[in-house]
Amino acid sequence: MGVVAVVVFLLLRLTAGDPAAIIAGDNATTQQVAEIRVRLGLDRPIAQQFAIWLGNVLRGDFGESFFFKKKVADLILERLEPTLALSVCTVVLAVVVAVPLGVIAAYRRATWIDRGVMALSVLGFSVPVFVTGYALVYLFAIQLAWLPVQGYQRLHEGLGGFVTHLILPSLTLAAIYVALIARITRASMLEVLDADHVRTARAKGLAEMPVLLRHVLRNAAVPIVTVIGLGVALLIGGVVVTESVYSIPGLGRLTVDAVLARDFPTVQAVILLFSLVYVLINLVVDLTYTVLDPRIRY
Amino acid sequence: MKAVADRALAIDFGAEAAVRVGGARGLARHPSVALGAAILALVVAIGLLAPWLGTRDPGQIDPVFRNRRPGAERVVRNADGSEAKRTYWMGTDSLGRDVYSRVLYGARVSLVVGVTVALISATVGLAIGLLAGYLRWLDAIVMRVMDGLMSIPAILLAIGLVSLSRAGLRTVVLAIVIPEVPRVVRLVRSVVLSLREEPYVEAAVALGARTPVLLMRHVLPNTLAPLIVQATFVCASAILVEAILSFLGVGIPPETPTWGNIMAEGRALFRVFPHNILFPGVFLAATVLAVNMLGDGLRDMLDPRIRKRL
Repeated sequence: MGVVAVVVFLLLRLTAGDPAAIIAGDNATTQQVAEIRVRLGLDRPIAQQFAIWLGNVLRGDFGESFFFKKKVADLILERLEPTLALSVCTVVLAVVVAVPLGVIAAYRRATWIDRGVMALSVLGFSVPVFVTGYALVYLFAIQLAWLPVQGYQRLHEGLGGFVTHLILPSLTLAAIYVALIARITRASMLEVLDADHVRTARAKGLAEMPVLLRHVLRNAAVPIVTVIGLGVALLIGGVVVTESVYSIPGLGRLTVDAVLARDFPTVQAVILLFSLVYVLINLVVDLTYTVLDPRIRY
Repeated sequence: MKAVADRALAIDFGAEAAVRVGGARGLARHPSVALGAAILALVVAIGLLAPWLGTRDPGQIDPVFRNRRPGAERVVRNADGSEAKRTYWMGTDSLGRDVYSRVLYGARVSLVVGVTVALISATVGLAIGLLAGYLRWLDAIVMRVMDGLMSIPAILLAIGLVSLSRAGLRTVVLAIVIPEVPRVVRLVRSVVLSLREEPYVEAAVALGARTPVLLMRHVLPNTLAPLIVQATFVCASAILVEAILSFLGVGIPPETPTWGNIMAEGRALFRVFPHNILFPGVFLAATVLAVNMLGDGLRDMLDPRIRKRL
């Protein structure tokens, strides 16, 4: 995380644009610009700026947004709900769809089912998020008019609207994630399917379902869980795009707006936050290994 | 002693020759490689031949003939009074630019970005990975930096990086290369780590081969097969990321015809004129799919151990 902090800080301080000039606007005098620069601490040496910034960040203070003229922390809190809702829905949806697909593909290895699932998986990797997004909008929202085209409704404004606004974005975002998880599930299942203990389980007369779920899937779980964790990186990238496609006022949209406005404090905060979440999720994933496979100890 | 080294070399080259033979024979057994290569060849041809495929200037604005549906026709009067009929196969966008021409020219940007990013990140990643894998003291430092870079999601890092300087092809390529390099480094390093324990490397060390020679002649050739596969996937992901950046409006300047830009342009009027998103989207998806299929097939061909599993 330390490296991330340095990278994120340097990344956005080395820019060509002068943030003080941006805040001051087009009509500002040189003196006004200089005043703002002093107020933001932009006139100090870069190492000192970094120390101040890091100290503030650790206290949860990301500074003030140049562009939105608000505290970055407040800005992020405002935008958190849509992104969180979308991500959770997507992960649940992806796991619920992908794991069974992978299991079936492995179980029916080298049949048309297997090939179909694998083809879908390659397709899921290749079709960009926004193309899937617009295809779904065109089909379900414009042609069939079953679901709202774009936008977002907060949870407290009604559950119905909340859910219908989330269906298409989640489906869009889940596509690539499903592809990834299904693929790994299949590969990991295939490794275990030929193992001796599976043959033993069958030999003692267990039905196929318990064999598959308890003896194969359980032993194949570690790589699957790992890839669910690693896939969060894809998910975060996808969130940025999906929120733009569906005009959802979340953190992803905020990132793009902030980059376009050269609003460093916001960009720094969002990238740092996303990276923190990614690292934390993968830490949790590492910890679940001990539950899934008691042989692993830390 | 010399004989030992020669034999080690022979084994080394033998392994590579085997890969090559397997490659030639494997092509028929992997239809996905053939199909991927065919689609890719088509896209390359489109990109190269764009000026001769009945296109117009992709940047030419035509305010009178805006937002036309695909297949719209128009009679143009030339300077000498003769009339010519023009067909807009994919319609026009909200500035009256011919979408067909823009899509064809867009292939150029995507391919250039994909290939450049793949080449640069493979080269840089190979160099860093070789050194990190072989020199223990360097390993810890380099890998911490790489881990740090990898813990920032790739697209986010790229978005952050493009904001650094003026938007343009070079910035975009660089912004995509930086997140990709750690992935290549990891791969190369892991291969090198296992190779350095191989008897033939030990033999070369025992014979007094100096580190650069050792790395270049004995270690490097064996990292190439997985590297080529990885480079293909990097290429696919670079094409995607470029389109995403352009689509979000932070990539290549909007007047340049790229698939992402055409789609970004079509966003506002998507409900009425979906063709602006549909056509570049299909091209983009097909291209990335082709590169991915090529990569999958290459991996199966070059690495027989994985063939069974994936």
